[in-house]
Amino acid sequence: MNAEFFGLHGLDWLDLLQLAGHFAVLSLLAVGGAITSASDMQRYLVVERGWIDPLQFNASVAIAQAAPGPNILFVALLGWSVAGPLGMLATMIGIMGPSSALTFFVGRFRHTRQDALAVRAFSVGLAPLTIGLLLATGWVLTLPSFDHPIALLLVPATIVFMMKTQRSPLWMIAVGAVVGALGGA
Amino acid sequence: MTAATPGLASPEPELRHPRSKTELFTAFTWLALQGFGGVLAVAQRELVERLRWLNKEQFVELLSLSQVLPGPNIINLALMFGDRHFGWRGAVVAVGGLMAAPLVIVLVLAALYAQFSSVPQVAGALRGMGAVAAGLVLATAVKLAPTLRRNAMGLWPCVAIALGSALAIGWLRWPLAWVVVGLGLLGYAWAWYRLAPKGPAR
Repeated sequence: MNAEFFGLHGLDWLDLLQLAGHFAVLSLLAVGGAITSASDMQRYLVVERGWIDPLQFNASVAIAQAAPGPNILFVALLGWSVAGPLGMLATMIGIMGPSSALTFFVGRFRHTRQDALAVRAFSVGLAPLTIGLLLATGWVLTLPSFDHPIALLLVPATIVFMMKTQRSPLWMIAVGAVVGALGGA
Repeated sequence: MTAATPGLASPEPELRHPRSKTELFTAFTWLALQGFGGVLAVAQRELVERLRWLNKEQFVELLSLSQVLPGPNIINLALMFGDRHFGWRGAVVAVGGLMAAPLVIVLVLAALYAQFSSVPQVAGALRGMGAVAAGLVLATAVKLAPTLRRNAMGLWPCVAIALGSALAIGWLRWPLAWVVVGLGLLGYAWAWYRLAPKGPAR
C-alpha cells in the first residue's frame, strides 16, 4: 500500500468535501432506501463530474447486490471507485451521517405517536414518490444495456422472475453472470 | 396467512437481552452475512424468533419507525436497538456489526473485479449482473405499485406523482433534491388534506 493508494486519486480536498456533501443531502432525501437515490448519484458522479463511467457505476451496484449485507454498501464501492479509501469514507460518512443522527434522536423520543396525522400524512404522501424514484433508478441502471440486446432482455426476465417466483434474487444474479460471461451480454 | 387461533395463543416466551456489546456485534454480523439481497427478512427471523431479543410487536414498531425515517431501514433498526441496550456505544456496535464483514467482502469482490475487468468474460458477467440489478429495482417498483390503489390520496394523484418523479429524475435528470422537496411537499400536503377532514378512521 503506497501513499497514492490512500491519496486523493486526482481529486482535491474541495472535491472530496463536495462529494461527502452531495451524499449527505441524499442521506436525508432518500425516502425508501439509498437505492431510490441511486439515479441521482449516477447523475452526479457520471454525468456532472465525470468521475466514473456508467459501467463502473452499474458494476458497483451489481457487486453490492450479489454480496451479503446491507445493499447500501454500493455507496462504499462508488466512493472507492472515485477516490479509493478516502472516497469511500466521504460517500459513506455522507450517506450514513445525517440519517443516522436523525434516527438516533428520534429513537430516543420513541413515544412520538405513530398514528399522529403528521406521521401518517408523511408515509402516505411519500409512497408514490418512492415508487417513482425506484422506476428512475431502474431506468438509469438499464441504460448501459441498450447496446447489448441479450443484457436488455435480462431486465424484463428479472422482473418476471421476481413477480412469479419466491426464489432468492441471487439465482437471477447468477443467471446474469453466466449469460454475460458466455458473451451474450 | 391464517388468523391466530383464538384462545390458544401460546404464552409469550420470555424475552432475552444481549448480554454484552460483543454479543450484539456478532449477532448483527451473523445476521448481515445471511442477508443476500436484503437483510430485513433475516432480521425478523434472528432477532424475534431465534435470539428472542424483541417480540413481534416491538419489531414491527421499530421497523415502521425505521421506514418513516430516511436512511436504510435495517441500519436504522440496528441503531435504535443498540442504543436501547447499550446507549450510543451500542448503536455504533450494532451498525458496525451489520456493516464491517460485508464491507470487507464487497471490497474484495470489487478488487477482484478491477483486477480482471479487462477479461471479456468478467466484463460480460458484470454487465449481465448489472442488467439483473436494474430488473430487481424495477421489480420492486412493480410490486409496490398496487399499494397505490389503497393510498388515501386517490389513484390518479399517486400515478401523477410517481410518473412525474420518475420522468424528472430518470429522463430529464433533474437533481433529486428539487424533485423530492417539490413533489414530496405536494404529496405531503395533499395527503394531509385528504386524511385530516374526516378525522383518523382508525
